Amino acid sequence: MASTTPTQIDTAPPVAKSGRSTGRAGDKIFAGLSKGSGILLLVIMASIAAFLTYRATIALSENEGNFLTTFDWNASANPPVFGIAVLLFGTVVSSVIAMAIAVPIAVGIALFISHYAPRRLAAPIAYVVDLLAAVPSIIYGIWGALFLVPQLNGLNLWLDEYLGWTYVFDKTQVGVARSLFTVGILLAIMILPIVTSVSREVFLQVPRMNEEAALALGATRWEVIRMSVLPFGRSGVISASMLGLGRALGETMAVATVLSPSFLISGHILNPGGGTFAQNIAAKFDEANEFGRDALIASGLVLFLLTLLVNGAARLIIARRKDFSGANA
Amino acid sequence: MAKRIDVSGLSAFYGTHKAIDDISMTVEPRSVTAFIGPSGCGKSTFLRTLNRMHEVTPGGRVEGKVMLDDENLYGAGVDPVAVRRTVGMVFQRPNPFPTMSIFDNVAAGLRLNGNFKKSELGDIVERSLQGANLWNEVKDRLNKPGSGLSGGQQQRLCIARAIAVEPQVLLMDEPCSALDPISTLAIEDLIGELKERFTIVIVTHNMQQAARVSDRTAFFNLAAVGQPGKLIEIDDTDRIFSNPSVQATEDYISGRFG
Repeated sequence: MASTTPTQIDTAPPVAKSGRSTGRAGDKIFAGLSKGSGILLLVIMASIAAFLTYRATIALSENEGNFLTTFDWNASANPPVFGIAVLLFGTVVSSVIAMAIAVPIAVGIALFISHYAPRRLAAPIAYVVDLLAAVPSIIYGIWGALFLVPQLNGLNLWLDEYLGWTYVFDKTQVGVARSLFTVGILLAIMILPIVTSVSREVFLQVPRMNEEAALALGATRWEVIRMSVLPFGRSGVISASMLGLGRALGETMAVATVLSPSFLISGHILNPGGGTFAQNIAAKFDEANEFGRDALIASGLVLFLLTLLVNGAARLIIARRKDFSGANA
Repeated sequence: MAKRIDVSGLSAFYGTHKAIDDISMTVEPRSVTAFIGPSGCGKSTFLRTLNRMHEVTPGGRVEGKVMLDDENLYGAGVDPVAVRRTVGMVFQRPNPFPTMSIFDNVAAGLRLNGNFKKSELGDIVERSLQGANLWNEVKDRLNKPGSGLSGGQQQRLCIARAIAVEPQVLLMDEPCSALDPISTLAIEDLIGELKERFTIVIVTHNMQQAARVSDRTAFFNLAAVGQPGKLIEIDDTDRIFSNPSVQATEDYISGRFG
């Protein structure tokens, strides 16, 4: 006993000290790394914004047309005339169509996987939906152009025939379905997996006791979903939709492959033609001269701002009913 | 309003595991019956068979009969959803709907059951909150979220929600175990008032609580971990706590095990 005590006294403090000091060094390194990553992210964001703004200003100062209202894109001409009206319209319309189709279906699939499907069916379905996200967008584009476009002719005729009175579905132009409507359907398929899997995760996180509260009151399965699952998952579904919307707004290859671009704004969404920001940049970038690229960058800046705006709006919607979100339960 | 519960030969399973074995008992209307026993003895499982909540758990299965007056809850063609509208339940942890206001929480069950006029709904909500001794504390903030209340208030809100639909029976699964002593006292007083109108069954880990609130006490026990829980005896609460007829009950209430 007496002989072991001194050795303990001798060895214990250095071990403890070195253990603590490496802990401190590790702490410092980790804190520095995470702080550095955070700063790096801000620097990257700021430099992208600065780059876009700088190049966009060059283009905008030379523009002979009105950037917001001109229905044309002749940036390489002399004098240059270009405007984003058609692109903004096309981007918003195709994304809205995509959201209108994808979000209800995605919520339905997510509810089925999380609350209706038997367990051995739920996992494979979830896997297949996630697999949709792994398909590269150019594949969607080729599939859309070679399969979806010809297949949609029948649907277009039907919509024109029975819903033509709504103006929106009135097809006034002959031609294959290389329209904003087709693009919307294609985008809907592309954003379906992300919206579905995020919604599914949220629905699975609904506390068991909230669902049991509804069950014990004599709620049917649908009533349980309406009373506790959907309200709890509401903000999650909004976030999921915004992720999907972000992808739809920025989607390039699939849109460029399917759409037959034209610089026209038409409320008849079945008519071929129109354009989106990303599609226009992809189509024009190669042939554009230095100034033309600046003009395209200016349109890219608008897309950037549009995405920021959409995200901000989503955050507002979520924050507005924060007290009732279930996060403080 | 209140109905008699008559259970005979009831066993409940989780998958292949038998959780409770062959339980028979009678619960009189307008009385409080307490279930006591060590953890894992199946008293909560048994409680959940009384409103068919047990089968909600994946693999949950029940054999035997539960008669509510003349109706077998497990009879062919009986809709479990309808059963749960007649047999209300209050859970261990207060679980008001976090996305609903106080008013909507109490009205939730009513809205499931059918169409009420707005004034009618308001009356029932007020009466239920008064019945749960919560009205004076929340009457000025009925449209605030229920999750903003204290734990004890939330639990009384859950009781108000359960009694708003005028159930025949009220089941309580350790309703005070997450609450402080003052809130516990408030709930216990409330149980005393509610038994004038409802048949009440309460699971509790607190033997003093069982002695304070109940008319009858049932003691559950299990032979060993992994064995099914059994009903050891059910008797008047006074007798259980003074002179039980089974030695195991005496050992349990005197703190010799459990």
